[in-house]
Amino acid sequence: MKASKVDKQTYYRGVRMIPYDLLKEVTIAMVAVLGVVLILSAVLSSPDVPSVTLQTWSKANPIDFLTTASGELSGSTVVAGYGPPYNSGTGSVQSWGPLEPQQWAGVHVPIDAPNDFVLQPLTQATAGDAELAAALTAYQAAPSDQQQKWLTSYTTALGTATLASDGTVTVPSGDFGPVTVLMNRMLTLARSGGLDALLLTSDHFYQTDFSRALLFLDDGGYIADLATQQKLIGSDWGVMNETGRYPGSAWLWLYTMWYQIPPFNSSTGFLGISAANTDLAVVGVMLLLTALLFLVPFIPGLRDIPRWIPIHKLIWRRHYAEMRRTGATNTMQQ
Amino acid sequence: MSDERAPVTIDPSAPAAQPVVDDATGWTASVRRRVEKTLPITELLPTKQPAYIGSWVYVFGVVTIAALFWLVISGVVLAFFGSAWWHVSSVGHFFNSIHFWSVQMFFIFMVLHLWGQFWGAGWRDGRAKTWMVGVVIFSISVGTAFTGYVVQQNFDSQWIAINAKDAINSTGFGGLFNALNFGQMYGLHVMLFPIGVTLLVVLHIIQVRAKGVVRPIDDPFQVTP
Amino acid sequence: MDAPAPYIHWGFILISLPNFVLICVMVLLFVLALVAPFPSHGPKGPRDE
Repeated sequence: MKASKVDKQTYYRGVRMIPYDLLKEVTIAMVAVLGVVLILSAVLSSPDVPSVTLQTWSKANPIDFLTTASGELSGSTVVAGYGPPYNSGTGSVQSWGPLEPQQWAGVHVPIDAPNDFVLQPLTQATAGDAELAAALTAYQAAPSDQQQKWLTSYTTALGTATLASDGTVTVPSGDFGPVTVLMNRMLTLARSGGLDALLLTSDHFYQTDFSRALLFLDDGGYIADLATQQKLIGSDWGVMNETGRYPGSAWLWLYTMWYQIPPFNSSTGFLGISAANTDLAVVGVMLLLTALLFLVPFIPGLRDIPRWIPIHKLIWRRHYAEMRRTGATNTMQQ
Repeated sequence: MSDERAPVTIDPSAPAAQPVVDDATGWTASVRRRVEKTLPITELLPTKQPAYIGSWVYVFGVVTIAALFWLVISGVVLAFFGSAWWHVSSVGHFFNSIHFWSVQMFFIFMVLHLWGQFWGAGWRDGRAKTWMVGVVIFSISVGTAFTGYVVQQNFDSQWIAINAKDAINSTGFGGLFNALNFGQMYGLHVMLFPIGVTLLVVLHIIQVRAKGVVRPIDDPFQVTP
Repeated sequence: MDAPAPYIHWGFILISLPNFVLICVMVLLFVLALVAPFPSHGPKGPRDE
């Protein structure tokens, strides 16, 4: 009769039972853990680095902000050409051999970068601003290759732009058409805090979805620079880390480890895994490892490791000593 | 009935005392009998346990539950006062600290409990399902922690969300599970995930109490596996 | 506590000191749990069948 099938009385035959107070143990555990948590909270507190806003970004690094804004308008940023779930681009689409779940899933969080990040907020801000309204009309009336010409010249000029002490940006002159006005207004709007609000609202009052504002931030260099200083970027095992001197998500060590080693971080790759589909590959590997952990009881070899490395002899050393002392033998007591 | 100080009057028409037998029929009766067979109250709240649990390795499970308890309590307080509270109130920040360190304690003790169960091969003797439920709890806890990190409403939340989105998007789930959508992440974190974790922990405890603590590996008296 | 943490760099491993300390404490707690004596209820009288 298998040990898994016998009733409890049979299973525990021959086992010495000791008095045990379950609720007392639970209470002691509750009090002890609370004590430790309260001490840590009182002494170390918890991290709370304030969020970045488009306002703080545009004030701290206006040239980076303008570079991103003009990139969004030209559709050349990462988000603009991302792919599903945001749009039909291909820049960030990952696949593994015939598996293309990202592509199959399709667009469900529609983001049209030039409109969502630039033209729509500016259109909403034209009240009392005839110059902006005229620039918008001129820009939208121009053919797309003219728009791209203006934007390319503007972006190139930004490379040698100067920053005044009052935060204004002086771009060397060139043929930028209405783009100059559009970008100046973007900067003013951002510095006033208005752009944060405009990227959040659409056509209704209550908002809880920060997708557009966060994607705009993601396309810029500012938030990534701050993250680099805190060692939160991927290549610094950032997934495990926390701001400041606090412990982070140490349990994610194995997840982030794969990102640090070939083929996951290499351009040449192996078995279809490379830097081009690192995320998908790592998720796949972790799903496989989790499945193996889940199935340990059924996997020969894996489930025998506790016998091969007998740490259990330490766990139950008093029990084994007692068995030896009382001369217990391996007789089946049915 | 053997009191000899007063004469006993017996009513011959009264039925004889019967032993308590649960022979009721119906769905409720079947479920009741099943529950009493699987987990009688004396096993749910035992006052005796096998002597071999006399090792500190056995406390990791209950301290994990304790950490989860304070995690939920502090989370309830944070949710009650709203997601912006702890940024502007020092009392709020203290409760956030309790929540933060309870999370660390929860994962520390849960992993120690996993190590203890692995090296003791706790899945033996019909306890595979207990192990499997434990692995599911661990996986869902990782997801719960993730949703918690992205609803803190600070720099950490922003950075984690914009990086996690790429991994989630690559699986095709980015449209369904949008880390950038605070409303969705908040609802998942304060309600759906905690309900899931709590229900599974209750199941896990029932499994342990129903089957009892597994016997030591190669224990002499054990029934042949 | 808000200043950037010190980091330990060993080969391809890069770990923050707080995380490293936490993991060391975990290993220590497990080893202690294995070896530390547990208050015992020694055998007294017949086995409870």
